[in-house]
Amino acid sequence: MLKFVVRRLLLLVPILVGLSILVFAWVRALPGGPEAALLGERATPERIAAVRHEYGLDKPVYQQYVTYVGHVVTGDFGQSIKTTRPVLGDIKVKFPATIELALAALIFALVLGIPLGFIAARRYQTWADSSTIVGSLLGISIPVFFLAYLLKYVFAVKLHWLPSTGRLDPTIDIPHPTGFYVLDAIIAGDWHTFVDALRHLILPGIALGTIPLAIVTRITRAAVLEVSNEDYVRTAEAKGLRRRTVDERHILRNAMLPVATVVGLQTGLLLSGAVLTEIVFAWPGMGSWLYDATFNRDFPVLEGGILFLAVVFVMVNLLVDVSYGVLDPRIRLQGK
Amino acid sequence: MSVAESESVLLLAEHTGEEGGSRLKLAFRQLRRNPVAVIGAALILLFVAVAILAPLLAPYSPTHGDLSNITVSHVPGPSSKHWLGLDLQGRDELSRIIYGARASLLIGVVSLTLGATLGMLLGALAGGFGGWVDSIIMRLMDIMLAVPGLLFAIAVAALLGPSLRSVMTAIAVVNVPVFARLLRASMLGQRESDYVLAARSLGVKRRKIIIGHVLPNSLAPVIVQGTLALATAIIDAAGLAFLGLGSADPSVPEWGRMLTDTQQYLRTAPQLALFPGAAILLSVLGFNLLGDALREALDPKLRR
Repeated sequence: MLKFVVRRLLLLVPILVGLSILVFAWVRALPGGPEAALLGERATPERIAAVRHEYGLDKPVYQQYVTYVGHVVTGDFGQSIKTTRPVLGDIKVKFPATIELALAALIFALVLGIPLGFIAARRYQTWADSSTIVGSLLGISIPVFFLAYLLKYVFAVKLHWLPSTGRLDPTIDIPHPTGFYVLDAIIAGDWHTFVDALRHLILPGIALGTIPLAIVTRITRAAVLEVSNEDYVRTAEAKGLRRRTVDERHILRNAMLPVATVVGLQTGLLLSGAVLTEIVFAWPGMGSWLYDATFNRDFPVLEGGILFLAVVFVMVNLLVDVSYGVLDPRIRLQGK
Repeated sequence: MSVAESESVLLLAEHTGEEGGSRLKLAFRQLRRNPVAVIGAALILLFVAVAILAPLLAPYSPTHGDLSNITVSHVPGPSSKHWLGLDLQGRDELSRIIYGARASLLIGVVSLTLGATLGMLLGALAGGFGGWVDSIIMRLMDIMLAVPGLLFAIAVAALLGPSLRSVMTAIAVVNVPVFARLLRASMLGQRESDYVLAARSLGVKRRKIIIGHVLPNSLAPVIVQGTLALATAIIDAAGLAFLGLGSADPSVPEWGRMLTDTQQYLRTAPQLALFPGAAILLSVLGFNLLGDALREALDPKLRR
């Protein structure tokens, strides 16, 4: 097991080196440098030269790359050209927002998706099954920003039930030791803030969680169908176990392995920034932050942020692979 | 066009390998009886027909409007003259939706053709040669897959500047590693099968085995992926247009862009968000329905 993890970690090294070169080259190939975004169109050549010198952009490219890698390895991502705030400090604020939203989406997907998939499989080829399938196909076909609009229009604009932008009511001011607003509210013992933070999570969480919901439903259905035909399920039924025991201990537990895989892969995707959802709901996470940085040609933010997200994405996928062994003892035995 | 395209892939496979041909023929027969596939194909045909026949179908010009009836608080909704109402520039919404199908179809087909061709070429090289060729190609693909799809597409589109061409390139690039991996994996699976062993023991040359036997038999998952990738391409193109990375000319009707433009008018003219959104949803649904049915038909394990 340990050998497997170490080998996979070593395999990450060339990927990350390649990626850092890719991101570095990409940022420098973007049309118009940071000086254009920073100084506007009427900047004098002297000012432009001064800015380029300040950020080391006048040095040879290979030298810039070496400096960049040297900084990144020591955990220094530099500071934003636009706001002059340290990139790492911004990541510490933005990433919890993204995690919070991703968790809300995942909870929505799992709490609804597993029961729906289970019921569909149990009522195989009935109207309940067909409508679940059609529903899940609709779920992966609807553009996330369109769904976000619909939710915003119905529940925020028309019904006024839920807030449509941001993470918290602007009048609320509590300390944020963790950056997870729901958790911060619990720490502060502030019930009102807790409810407000949760209410802000509902619409973006549903918008972002719909694709994972559709996928979890389909995978659960397929897995339950497959497991239900296994010999050990027939044996369990034949020896007179209660329906519930068979469902929970024999079918669901075994059907959860593919579900866990998919959930892991989706987590990686959700954490890497839900650009579209974050923009529609003005959610201050990694996605909208990097999107703004792209337009501002904010080199340090892009270099640091994208590399950070890619590391998260790759690490989550590694965790998924490792968790197979934990979830399924059969794989563990084969590995030995 | 995509139906024709996947059909031509079917035909191609039929000519190159008998085994693949009969399996694909069987799958095609099964598809015709599957209502999901029929509805999906019908939606795709409708979408393609609207795109091709746009100049004949559209009642008004998609780019010229009459601003005289438009105010900030009032945008005329559906009427007998304008079935879907007018947009913020006083242009006929129905005509813009109809012309918008062209951008979607064009982006979908071109980006998929480019991405899948390049991806399959790399995948076939990796799967066919193995060894260091395989290692180098697949490590490159791993690097590309380390950046999530839409973020990658945004990065490429931002690099090339807003235009339809850069959207197509961006989505094509995102598709390359997906198809490369898929075809390689599929080919590796086929390489171990008995018919390859049989061909090899008869003394058939390696190149001939790979091109004549392994490749055509490895295409089934690629065809499924192709259909589903078209759906993703249309959604991603809409997403890029939504982010302002689509066509540089704002008068070109693009469904994603049309949605963005209405963001500030959600209160006064919600219908302007509804129509382009529904158009994207229906065309994507068509490809997803057909892709789903295709997967079921081509994968014997899923057949019940």
